[in-house]
Amino acid sequence: MLKPHRHHPLWFAFIVHRLSGVCLALFLPAHFYVLGLALNNGESLDRFLHWTEHPLLRWVEFGLVFCLAVHMFGGVRLLALEFMPWSPKQKTFAALAAALSLLVACLFLLRAT
Amino acid sequence: MARRLGLHQEVLQVNVWRGNASGGKHCHYEVPSLESQTILDVVTWIQRNLDPKLSYRFACRVGMCGTCAMMVNGKPRWTCRTHVRKVLDNNTLTIEPLRNLPVIKDLACDMSEFFDKWDRAQGRFHPSKTRSDDVVRIPPTSVHRTQVDAAIECINCAICYAACDVVQWNPDYLGPAALNRAWTLVNDVRDNNQTVRLRAVSSDAGCHNCHSHQSCTTYCPNEINPTASIAGLKRATAKATLSGKI
Ligand code: SF4
Ligand code: SF4
Ligand code: FES
Repeated sequence: MLKPHRHHPLWFAFIVHRLSGVCLALFLPAHFYVLGLALNNGESLDRFLHWTEHPLLRWVEFGLVFCLAVHMFGGVRLLALEFMPWSPKQKTFAALAAALSLLVACLFLLRAT
Repeated sequence: MARRLGLHQEVLQVNVWRGNASGGKHCHYEVPSLESQTILDVVTWIQRNLDPKLSYRFACRVGMCGTCAMMVNGKPRWTCRTHVRKVLDNNTLTIEPLRNLPVIKDLACDMSEFFDKWDRAQGRFHPSKTRSDDVVRIPPTSVHRTQVDAAIECINCAICYAACDVVQWNPDYLGPAALNRAWTLVNDVRDNNQTVRLRAVSSDAGCHNCHSHQSCTTYCPNEINPTASIAGLKRATAKATLSGKI
C-alpha cells in the first residue's frame, strides 16, 4: 500500500481520513444498537455500561474520539480546500487537524480516567 | 561490466524495467557515476554502451517537451531534469515506465489514452470570434487570467497522471492533467464551449472523483497545482448545477 509515490503528508492525511471514516461507519451500528437498548432493555444496557468501565475500553474510546475528531477536522479542511479560494498551506492545515484531534482525544482520556 | 568502467570510477547500480505489454522484468546494469548526471543521462549511457535495444523516449532534454517521464525509485520524474544525486537511494536507481499507462516497450509508454482524455475533458479551445474580429484584450491582472497563470504552463508529461491513485482505481477518470487543461479553458473568456465543457468535467469520470490528496501537485515538475484547478472545476460545476445551467 505504501508505494513510494504515496510518501507525502497529504496522502497520509487522505488515508487517515478514509480509515477514520471506515472505523466510524463500523462503530455507528453498534452505537445505535446500544442506544436502542436504552429504550427497550434497561437491564442489558446496565450490564453493557458496567462492561464499558473496563480500563482497556478507555483506550478504545480514545481511539474512537480521535477518529471522530480527525475525520471532522480533516473534513473541514477538505471542504475549505474545495469551496474556498486556494490556500498553499494544506500541509499545515492537515498537521493542525491531526494535532487538534490528538488534543481532543487526550482531553477525553484525562477526563474519563 | 564493471571492468569497462575503470578501477577508481564510482559506479551506480541501476535496475531498468525491460519488457512489453505482455510483461517484463528488471535488468541490472552498472553505470559510471558522473558530475551533474541526470537520470536521462544514465538511461542514454546504458543504451549507447550496454544495450542498444533499450527503448525510451525523449526529445528536448531541457524540460520543455514532456516526453521523458519515467518512474525513478517508485516516483514519477522528468528524467532530463532530475539529477541522479537527488534521487539516488543506497547508490541504486530503479527506473521503470510511468504508472497508469500501457507499456509499448521498456520505458516507452503509450500516451494515447492520456491525450484522448484531454479531448474528453473538452480540452480544445472553441473560439467565439473570427479572424476578422478585434483581438480580445485580457488584462494580465484579471481574476480569470491570474487563476490560471501556473496551469497554462503544463508540458503534458503525464507525471501527475502516473502519480494519481484515482486513475489507477478508476481507469475512466479523466485525470489531473486533462482537468487542469479544462480549468484553463473554463477561465478563458474567449471560449464559447463552456456548458459542454462543464458537463464533460462533471461526468462520472470527472472532477468529482478527485480525492484531493495532491499527489499530482507533489510531483508536477512545473509546479502546477492540478488539485487547485480541480477544486475550481468542482466549484464551477456546483454553481452551474445550482443555477440550472448544466
Ligand atoms: S488530487 Fe485528485 S487528481 Fe491529484 S492525485 Fe489526488 S485524486 Fe488525482
Ligand atoms: S500538470 Fe504538471 S505533471 Fe501534469 S502533465 Fe502538466 S506538467 Fe506534467
Ligand atoms: S526530454 Fe523534454 S522534458 Fe525531458
